[in-house]
Amino acid sequence: MADRRTPLLTISGVTVRYGDHLALDRLDLTVHRDELFVLLGGSGSGKTTLLRAIGGFVRPQAGRILLDGADLSVLPPHRRPVNTMFQSYALFPHMTVAANIGFGLRQQGVGHAETRRRVEQMLALVRLEGFGTRRPAELSGGQQQRVALARSLAPQPRLLLLDEPFSALDENLRMETRAELVRLRRSLGISFVLVTHDQQEALTMADRIGVMRDGRMAQIGTPAVLYEQPADRFVAGFLGAANILTGIVAADGVTVLLPSLGAQVTAARPAAPGPALLALRSERLRIGGAGAPNGLDGIVTDIAYAGESLSVRVRMADGSELRVVRGLADGLASGAVAIGTPVRVGWEPDACILLPP
Amino acid sequence: MIFRRVMLAVPALWLLLMIGAPLAIVGLIAFAQPADGIPPYALGLSLDSLALVATDPLYRDALLRSLWVAGISTLICVLAGFPMALAISRAPARWQNVLLMAVMLPFWTGFLMRINAWIGILADDGWLVRLLGGHRLLFTDTAMYIGIVYTYLPFMVLPLYARLARLDPALMQAAADLGAPPRVVFARVILPLSMPGVAAGIGLVFIPAIGEYVIPALLGGPQAQLIGQVLWQEFFSNRDWPTAASVAVWLLMVLVAVPACVIGLGRLLFGRRLVAGQG
Repeated sequence: MADRRTPLLTISGVTVRYGDHLALDRLDLTVHRDELFVLLGGSGSGKTTLLRAIGGFVRPQAGRILLDGADLSVLPPHRRPVNTMFQSYALFPHMTVAANIGFGLRQQGVGHAETRRRVEQMLALVRLEGFGTRRPAELSGGQQQRVALARSLAPQPRLLLLDEPFSALDENLRMETRAELVRLRRSLGISFVLVTHDQQEALTMADRIGVMRDGRMAQIGTPAVLYEQPADRFVAGFLGAANILTGIVAADGVTVLLPSLGAQVTAARPAAPGPALLALRSERLRIGGAGAPNGLDGIVTDIAYAGESLSVRVRMADGSELRVVRGLADGLASGAVAIGTPVRVGWEPDACILLPP
Repeated sequence: MIFRRVMLAVPALWLLLMIGAPLAIVGLIAFAQPADGIPPYALGLSLDSLALVATDPLYRDALLRSLWVAGISTLICVLAGFPMALAISRAPARWQNVLLMAVMLPFWTGFLMRINAWIGILADDGWLVRLLGGHRLLFTDTAMYIGIVYTYLPFMVLPLYARLARLDPALMQAAADLGAPPRVVFARVILPLSMPGVAAGIGLVFIPAIGEYVIPALLGGPQAQLIGQVLWQEFFSNRDWPTAASVAVWLLMVLVAVPACVIGLGRLLFGRRLVAGQG
């Protein structure tokens, strides 16, 4: 296995402007060899533009895109050793599945017999043996998705770009396909850059995630780092829901005063003294946490049953609300606290995420 | 329910009156005998006229020449219309309607007016002939082809444009992404997927071009005649209605047979779904 730390794709200062709109703003990014990098962002964040700039379909006004040290930005799409799996799959409707998968190989000058052999290999890889003579229109959505994947992998690109590859699949199939794609990528050793707006998808699949916002990288890191140590309020809110309270970090860096609640709590990781935001993940909070080092009193205002968990809203003295998610491992929902009950919400110091205001 | 039937009856009645009835009348006259009088035929079940048209070289040659002229004109329309349609479909959105308008603009002037304009352009003392060094144009096959291609080109461009504009740009990008240079993208993706548009354009140009008689009469030479002109003469000059009707019947049969062959060939070459228009 290649070294994870070797850079494969280096993007520096890439700027793409559509009229007055700045789609990518002097963006820097390094994707390592043998990595599944996820570009996560809302619509208009520039994530798809970045993918298209790497693929060659968007020409940046400034900046460089290097693959293994060679400048890609001067090459037209058909000369770039990267392939794209399109969101709509873009399968050629007039060709058979085998001709679709073999298209890239034929362009590389691979002979008929060798193409046929490698198409068979790809079909086996995506578990579509025997489908080679079908037309794309005769396949289900999930099968089409696998053909699109096989087609983009067949020419053995150095980097595969995937644009929302699961968006057209239904929920159950999506879960299954995600896991399959991660396995497939590990076995092939090809680096993937995957674009999605789905934070769950990003967290479960990525080796590293780049959260994008307004054409810039808000934060880059592993899923755990982004989730547990988000850089700012935007990233904290984008990856998982978080309760946000306003506070002031004391001189010791770990004591946080919550003036509107007249309370103070302790964080595990020190932050710069001064005004700050305190983010608390719902699943790290407990109701009735009498023994917990940190705690706030409130009144239960709402209980929502979600099957595998219970979501409880607790209103604090200043009117703000905390959402507490309780897994049902400790008991069934029938034992839940009633609406209107005064409760104490408790948490550990390492559940405190301190963000700049 | 009754409302629906009434609504369906309107187009059915229209078809019956405007297509069914004239066809039946022409068919009836084709089997009739010529006669002196008004109308100039006697109804009957004679095969004389139909057999005459089928065997007399005058009609056969005119029909073959019509097929040839229509075929060449259609080919020129495809070759000229495809780049035009492709360019329009690739133009920025706000330009597409302007360009389509430009294609259709000639229809705003009368057809004869436009042909007369061409007579002026192609005339022996016109600037075009002078530019070409005195080479004659008017009343030659060249002038006839210019007139036919000029008249029918929009009918090729419009269906082709409709097809090309609907092509998913992602398909072209996917082909380029997989390593296909622009000419391969055109040959392997754009061209095969635009075949239904080509087929529609061929139908709209070839079929009316076969029966064309005004353009060859006004711009073409007097030497060889097209089937449309022959029909016109039988009907109006010779007042031989049964023969004229027989020419019309044979022409119609050829016009049904040729597209059937084109469609059959298209299916053979490009697969059923494509010609059916699904893409």
